[in-house]
Amino acid sequence: MNEWLNEFGNILLETLRSVLPIIGILLLFQFLIVRRPLSHPSQIFAGFFYVLLGITLFVLGLKMALFPIGELMAQQLTEPNFLGIEHDPDRVHWYNYIWIYLFAGSIGFATAMAEPTLTAVAIKASEVSAGTIRALPFRLAVALGVGCGLALGTFRIVTGAPLYVYILTGYVFVAIQTAFAPKIIAGLAYDSGNVASSTVTVPIVTALGLGLAAAVPGRNPLLDGFGLIAFTCLIPIINVLGYAQIAVWWTQRNQATDTE
Amino acid sequence: MQLRFPFIQRLLHNRFFRQVLASALDLVPVIAVTLFFQLLVIQQPIPEAGRFVSGILLVVVGLTFFIQGLKLGLFPLGESMAHAFVRKGSPFWILVFAFALGFGATIAEPALMAVADEAARIASDGGVIEATQEARKAYALGLRLTVAVAVGCALIISTIRIIRGWPLPYVIIAGYLGVAVMTIFAPPEIIGIAYDSGGVTTSTITVPLVTALGVGLSSSLPGRNPVSDGFGLIALSALMPMIFVMGYGIVA
Repeated sequence: MNEWLNEFGNILLETLRSVLPIIGILLLFQFLIVRRPLSHPSQIFAGFFYVLLGITLFVLGLKMALFPIGELMAQQLTEPNFLGIEHDPDRVHWYNYIWIYLFAGSIGFATAMAEPTLTAVAIKASEVSAGTIRALPFRLAVALGVGCGLALGTFRIVTGAPLYVYILTGYVFVAIQTAFAPKIIAGLAYDSGNVASSTVTVPIVTALGLGLAAAVPGRNPLLDGFGLIAFTCLIPIINVLGYAQIAVWWTQRNQATDTE
Repeated sequence: MQLRFPFIQRLLHNRFFRQVLASALDLVPVIAVTLFFQLLVIQQPIPEAGRFVSGILLVVVGLTFFIQGLKLGLFPLGESMAHAFVRKGSPFWILVFAFALGFGATIAEPALMAVADEAARIASDGGVIEATQEARKAYALGLRLTVAVAVGCALIISTIRIIRGWPLPYVIIAGYLGVAVMTIFAPPEIIGIAYDSGGVTTSTITVPLVTALGVGLSSSLPGRNPVSDGFGLIALSALMPMIFVMGYGIVA
């Protein structure tokens, strides 16, 4: 119990240290520049208190439950004897790592669904679009993108192709999609990848990348272990733009059949 | 149908309880994936199962408080400040506010501190800076300031974009061209750090505030649409640090 309280205190201090400058700036501008009393001061302070408490409990829980087991699983799945490559390190094929791609894909999807920043943006998007953009399908599209991105990113670490080839191709694809997708979705789509690569996803992804790069013969953790985040930021953009295109196409098709 | 369980009925209409349920549902995928891979693929027990369960419960409670707090505090305050600045009609103060928000949210970010320390270690191992404690500290602080200024600038550019009504894709594509050009000239050891530095600005507190700023500005300016103009600030806040950190690598 004591250990818990101790950890709770440490995380609370760390959260306070990162949140206080922001609260300071908001209050400073509110009282010196805007010079209006807050409209619901007690509600807003309660909100800030909830956010602070929420982040602290959330991070404490992640450190107790998800991060240790996430790292452990990344380590176990990349062990040469689990992969069955310990006898033959010179002839490693990409298909020896099927479980890694599956794990990367599903853990990426799962952590993105649990990401509070993605929930926050989804709430805001459905609110300002008056429900045209629905929160759950949007989050599913983003989370599927994070999953596909991680599966592709681990495949790249195993095969050793240069990172920029994938990323460059991806952004050219995004540019082409932007030209055809509904204009209204572009901003949300560009934000989605970064938003989904936050508190929950990044530590687990980093452990996976470093573990995998250390386990695959011929890869260097320092050079090849990074770059997974670049994928989790990129593929959701493609997915969200694609989701919007399909949604528009679907409505138009239904309208066409209605008028016939 | 006859209502037989008024208590449960009331509970289901309670906002807080519904949020707890929603948070718990958000965690179902991650629990399912963990159990599937640990128990069926790796075929090992969950180490310290009690700790795992209590950790998950804390995550659910934390997520619930966080989302409630956003709706009560962060979102309304961010938006009402954006509205107030627009009514004041002073673009100068909006831009100062945008910069301060970006800078303040980034400078104390724990994830950024970790990346900066790691970068200082790599730089001193690689002989880019002297291998002393002071040199590393100075390098790490310089890097943090660089990223914080970059995020501040990104929010300034985004605010100007919303006020002027520039199309977002052009701004983002220009940003990516900037990243591509800097990658050619930057020293190779800084590139990985630079690319990662973009990701650290998306913390749990920055994302909702920056979103509220963009949506608030574009919904109070005539002719702007909060959906098509109000987002995209985070994307640019992730791009600018890459450009600035590679610049830091060339100069430092």
